[in-house]
Amino acid sequence: MTWDWGVFFEVIPLIFKGLWITIGLTIACYLFAMIFGFFWVFVARIPSKTISWIFRWIAEFIRSTPPLVQLFFIFYAWPMVPVVGVTLNPFVAAILGLGLHFSTYLSEVYRSGIESVDKGQWEASTALNLSTKQKWLKIILPQAIPPTIPMLGNYLIIMFKEVPLASTIGVVAMLHMANDYGAQHWKYVEPLTVVALFFLLLSYPSALLISKLEKKYNRRFDKKTISTL
Amino acid sequence: MGKPIVNYSKIHKSFGDVDVLKGINLDIKPGEKVALIGPSGSGKTTIIRMLMTLEQPTSGTILVNGENLWQMEKKGQLVPSDDKHLHAIRGDIGMVFQHFNLFPHMTIVENCMLAPALAKKNDKKEVKIQAVEMLEKVGLGDKINLYPAQLSGGQKQRVAMARALMMKPKVMLFDEVTSALDPELVGEVLEVIRDLAKEGEMAMILVTHEMDFALDIADRILFLNEGVIEEEGPPSELLVNPKSERLQDFLARFNKR
Repeated sequence: MTWDWGVFFEVIPLIFKGLWITIGLTIACYLFAMIFGFFWVFVARIPSKTISWIFRWIAEFIRSTPPLVQLFFIFYAWPMVPVVGVTLNPFVAAILGLGLHFSTYLSEVYRSGIESVDKGQWEASTALNLSTKQKWLKIILPQAIPPTIPMLGNYLIIMFKEVPLASTIGVVAMLHMANDYGAQHWKYVEPLTVVALFFLLLSYPSALLISKLEKKYNRRFDKKTISTL
Repeated sequence: MGKPIVNYSKIHKSFGDVDVLKGINLDIKPGEKVALIGPSGSGKTTIIRMLMTLEQPTSGTILVNGENLWQMEKKGQLVPSDDKHLHAIRGDIGMVFQHFNLFPHMTIVENCMLAPALAKKNDKKEVKIQAVEMLEKVGLGDKINLYPAQLSGGQKQRVAMARALMMKPKVMLFDEVTSALDPELVGEVLEVIRDLAKEGEMAMILVTHEMDFALDIADRILFLNEGVIEEEGPPSELLVNPKSERLQDFLARFNKR
């Protein structure tokens, strides 16, 4: 085998097109996971113990099974389920599958953030006669979420790296394109190297950005003083 | 002085197997200053927390301005209060906490502005003017744009008072507001409370361990012991000539310190 720079430069623009699909899919999955993550937090707080227990168990199930199995289920098995089954296009199936899977992780992150807010903050909000909605939006979440930004960011990067799983159900993004090119020209090393480089080029600066954000939010009110407020 | 602004009748409260309050009957008149004293675990704090709707009584009724706080009428029957009912009554009550509970993500003027700006669709500028005035009143007019973390304990507690006063409550609850403070900062907080007491129109219920202070500002002192009001009366009588043996013991232990 010889390394062919010609092939290398030829596949860069091709895979670059796939990069946008990978990024788009990552963002779509992540938004879905962020919103749905709140759903798990919300249902866990339903006063009915049975209902919150059922949902906690469903979340645990999703968290404990491989995302690839979930993707296959949503894409291949779901259409065969009577009554509720529908055939989804690969992109939508990937958003649902990966988004749902990661929403269960993000809900744990939210939960840890919410539980880290001192009980006194709830009590002061009640004493000031804030409504439930105002308590959450003005007092609890603004304190619960910033400390979790590094964790949320880490999950974004992890998810970015899991998105190639979507190629297994036919989403044509970077990996799929590299693979197709390889199959056609019997050249795998260069295109797959380009894919790896693109992932590195995005993941590493993102990790740096996240650690910067972490510092910024920690400066705003340092942790030690919060407990004594 | 007319009808009471707050009335507790036959209030019981238990946490699990522990009976904290065993039948509390209590009237607070408008503008009256009442101090609650007693050993720790006697249920002092629970009494005011139930009025602030932070704890629900196990049985009994609390009336605020004649309205039933923890129960409401629905289709001719008494049912436990929902959020809306509590919200409507709670506006007359304010509370200052032992651990301040300021909102750390807001400046102190924002802490004071938040609730009034959200509660009524007040003009934000008007609310800000009031908040600044209130902070000036508690001696923090030059610090309005600082965050709570930048203040001393005494300053934080004065902000907490300003924040509670912004809601113009008819009854203000003080839950051991000086207990978490360094001794040299206690004075500045008591000073603000004393000024408020002089203004007069607001009823105040203070859970406190500061006997001299209670003697000074309270119209009436209640001595709580093991979940019941053991003795009550004007401070001069109660603290100087305690009748019950338990209160005598309690005060003796206090004076020894």
